[in-house]
Amino acid sequence: MIVAQGLVKRYGAFAAVDGISFEVAPGESFGLLGPNGAGKSTTMRMVGAVSSRSGGELKILGLDPDRHGPDIRSQLGVVPQADNLDTELRVRENLLVYGRYFGLPRRVVAERADELLSFAQLEDRAAAKVDALSGGMKRRLTIARALINDPRILLLDEPTTGLDPQARHILWDRLFRLKEQGKTLVLTTHYMDEAEQLCDRIVVVDKGSIMAEGTPAELIRRYSSREVLELRFGSDRNHEVAQALQGRGDRIEVLPDRILVYTADGEQELERVSEAGLHPITSLVRRSSLEDVFLRLTGRSLIE
Amino acid sequence: MTLVDHAAEHRTGRGGVAALYAGNARAVMYRGWRATRSTNWLVMMSGLFEPIFYLLSLGVGLGALVGTVTVDGREVEYAAYIAPALLAVAAMNGAIYDSTWNVFFKIRFAKLYEGMLATSLGPLDVALGEISLALLRGGLYAAGFMVVMQALGLALSWWALLAIPAVLLIAFGFASFGMAVTSYMKSFQQMDWINFVLLPMFLFSATFYPLSVYPEWLQVVIQALPLWHGVELVRGLTTGAVDPGMLWHVLYYAVMIAVGLVFTTKRLRALFLD
Amino acid sequence: MSDPRWSKSGDVASRDRSAASAYATDDARLALAAGARPRRFGAWYVAEHRLRVMWSYAQTIISTGFGEPLVYLYAMGVGLATLVDRNLDAGGVGYLVFVAPALLCSAGLTAAMIEFSYPVMVGYKWNPTFSGMHAGPIRPGQIVDGLVISVVIRLAATMVVYYAFMVLFGAVPSPTGWIAIPVAVLTGMAFGTLLMAYASTIREDTGQLAMVQRLVVLPLTLFSGTFFPLTQLPWFLQWIGWISPLWHGTELSRVATFGYAEPIWLTAVHVVVLVAMTAVGWLWSRRIAVRRLTA
Repeated sequence: MIVAQGLVKRYGAFAAVDGISFEVAPGESFGLLGPNGAGKSTTMRMVGAVSSRSGGELKILGLDPDRHGPDIRSQLGVVPQADNLDTELRVRENLLVYGRYFGLPRRVVAERADELLSFAQLEDRAAAKVDALSGGMKRRLTIARALINDPRILLLDEPTTGLDPQARHILWDRLFRLKEQGKTLVLTTHYMDEAEQLCDRIVVVDKGSIMAEGTPAELIRRYSSREVLELRFGSDRNHEVAQALQGRGDRIEVLPDRILVYTADGEQELERVSEAGLHPITSLVRRSSLEDVFLRLTGRSLIE
Repeated sequence: MTLVDHAAEHRTGRGGVAALYAGNARAVMYRGWRATRSTNWLVMMSGLFEPIFYLLSLGVGLGALVGTVTVDGREVEYAAYIAPALLAVAAMNGAIYDSTWNVFFKIRFAKLYEGMLATSLGPLDVALGEISLALLRGGLYAAGFMVVMQALGLALSWWALLAIPAVLLIAFGFASFGMAVTSYMKSFQQMDWINFVLLPMFLFSATFYPLSVYPEWLQVVIQALPLWHGVELVRGLTTGAVDPGMLWHVLYYAVMIAVGLVFTTKRLRALFLD
Repeated sequence: MSDPRWSKSGDVASRDRSAASAYATDDARLALAAGARPRRFGAWYVAEHRLRVMWSYAQTIISTGFGEPLVYLYAMGVGLATLVDRNLDAGGVGYLVFVAPALLCSAGLTAAMIEFSYPVMVGYKWNPTFSGMHAGPIRPGQIVDGLVISVVIRLAATMVVYYAFMVLFGAVPSPTGWIAIPVAVLTGMAFGTLLMAYASTIREDTGQLAMVQRLVVLPLTLFSGTFFPLTQLPWFLQWIGWISPLWHGTELSRVATFGYAEPIWLTAVHVVVLVAMTAVGWLWSRRIAVRRLTA
C-alpha cells in the first residue's frame, strides 16, 4: 500500500525527515513511534500527499504523490493532529460537506453519514454545534469524517493526544474495530501503550531517522529485559546510589527522579538491593514497555 | 467565586456598593493599556484617521457642491457643518467598539473578567476601568480631530474648547450603555444587530444634512436616539450657536450613563459572582 | 504479526515484488477512478461548502441585504440630495441618480471585503478547514476557485436586491441599467480577490484586517468619485480614484444606469482594469494557497 525509500524532507538546511524507509501492507496496522519533533507528522504529511518530498522515493497505492495527489487522497482517510472540523457547521453537516469533496452523490453521503454517526456514537449529537462537543467526541467525529469516503488507508496523527483516559479507551475501541474490519491503519504516537494496543508493527523514529523496527513484542525482547525495577531514593541521593547499584541486572538507567534496573526478575533484584543495605523510598516492579525501548535506543525519554 | 463575596463582606460589613467596587478601576485600565500597547497600538491610532478621511472627502469634495448650510439662522460652510457631527460619530464608534466587540470577546472567549473578579476587584471596578480606558482613547481621537479642524479653519468659536468634554460625555454614554447591552449578548449573530442599529443612526442623525428633510414622525424618532443629541451638542459648541436648551442634551447623556452603569454592574455580578 | 513479505531485508521481499506490483496496479486504477470527479468538480464542492456556511448566517446577510440599500439610498439619494441638487452638474440628472450606482458598487465592495477576509483567515488559521479539504482530494487552487464561485453567487444575489431598490427609488432612468449588477459584482471581485491574496499571507493576526478596512477601504469609498465627481477633488488626490476599483466600477455603472457621458476608450479602460485586478488577485491567491498548504 505504501512504499517509502530513503524519504527526505528538508526545510532549508534542516532535515525534518532524513532518509526514512518503510513499507505498509494491506490490512496492516503500522505505527510511527517517537517523541515530539521526531519527524512523524512530517512523514505523515508526505504519506498523506499534502507535502512534497525533498528526496527519496514514495509510492502510495502504486502512485507517486507528487503527480497523483488528488487520486491518492481520494483513497485516504486523514485524522490530523489538531481537529479541523468546520465549527460554523453542525455535526452531521461536517460529514455531508466532507463527503462531497470526494465527488460522492448526496444520497450516498447522507447514508454513510448516518452510519458513521452511529459508529462514532454521536447519533444523538447530529444537530449539535461542533464547539459543544467534548474533546473525545470531536476526535470521534474527525475519525467518522475520515471514513466518509470508505478509504483504503486511514492516517492518524497522534489520535489520542490531549484526551482523558476514558475518552482514549473509547477511541481505541473504535480504532480496533476498524482494524478488525481489515482497514489499513498508519498512526503516529508518542504513547507506548497506544502503540502496543493498536499496532502490528512499529518503527521507532528519532531526529528524522528510523532507530528500530518490529512488532511491539519483538522490540521489547530485542532492546529491553522482561521486567524493570524502578527505585526512588530521593532526587539528592539517586546519583550516589546509582554508583553502588552499578553492575546489577542487565543494565541500569539513571533518570532525574528514579533509577531503572533492567532485569529478568524484578522481585528477586529488589531483594538483593535490600540485602545490600540500600533502602529506596519507593520501589516498583513492572513489565518492560516501548518507553524502555526508546530510552535504550536514544538515551532519552519519550515524553519530556 | 464565593470567596470574593466573603472578602467584600469583610471589608464593608455587609453588601452595599463596596461589595461591587474596590476603588481600583486603575488596575483594570492598566491591564488594558499594556495590552493595547503590546498588540495593536497602530490599529488604535488608525481610528483617528477615520473621521479625518470623512472630513476631507465630504467637507472638501462634497462641500464644493453644497456651499453653505443654515444653523440657527446663520450660514456655515458645509465642512464646518459636518465636522462636529463627525466628531460625535467618532466618539460613538470608538466607545461602541471598545465596549461591545471588545467586551463581548473578553466575556465570552478570553474569560478575562472571570480572572479579574477572582481577585479583590469588583464588577464596578471592571466596568469603570474598561469604560475609562475607552474614554481615554476617545479623548485622544477628539483632540487629534480638533487639531485638524483648527488647521482647516473650521473651529470657529471659543466655545469649541468645550467640545472635548462634550465628546467625552458622549463616549461615556455610549460606552456604558453599549457595555450593558453587550453583557446580555450570547452570540456573534446577536452582536451583528448592534451594527444594524448604528448604521441608520449614523446616517440619519443630522450628520450630513439638517433634520428638516424628514417627515415629522421620522424627526421625532431620530430625536429620541442618542446620536442626534450628541451631534447637536457638539455642533452648537463648535459653531458657537450656544443656548441653554443644550443642557437637555447633557441631561440625556447623564441618564444614559447612569442606566448603563447600573445594568452593566448588575449583569457582571450575575454572570460572574452569583 | 509482521508479514515477512514486507520486511525490508533479505530476498523474501524481492521474491514477492511481482505480487506487490499486482496490488499496486489494482490500487492505482481504483485511485485514479475515484480521483477523477474531484479533479474536475472540486471547486464546486468547495463552493457548496461555503454556501452552506453562509446559510448558517443567512439572517444577517438577508437583513443587511435589504436594510442597507434602503437606508443608504434614502439617506444619500433623498436626504443629502436636498443640499446637493442645486449645484450638481452630472449631465442633467439628480443626485439620487448620480449617487445610486456608486452606492451599489460600494455595497459590492464591502460585501466582497467581508467574504474574502475573515473566511480566508479562518480557513487557513483559526479553524483550518482548508487543510481539511486539502487532506481530501481537493487541490489548493480549487479551494481558491471555490471561494471565488461562492462569493460571486452571494454578491450577485445581494446586488440584484440592491438594484431592485434603486429601481423602486427611481434611480435608474436608462433601460441598460441592469448592466450595473454584473459591474458591481466585478468591482467586488476586483478588490476582493486582491484582499484574499493578502489575507492568505497573514500568519499572525495583529489587526491587519481592521487596518485594511480603515486605511484602504474607507479612503477608497470616500475618494473614488462616489459621493461627488472625482474632479471635485484637488488634483493631488485624484490618483486615488484612478487606481481604485470602486471608481472604475462606479463610472462604468453610471454609463449603464443613466448614460453618463465619457469617452468610449475610458469605458474600455474601466473594464480592462477591473478584469485585470480580478485576474491578478485570483492567480496570486492560488499561488499562495499552493505554497501555504503544501509546505
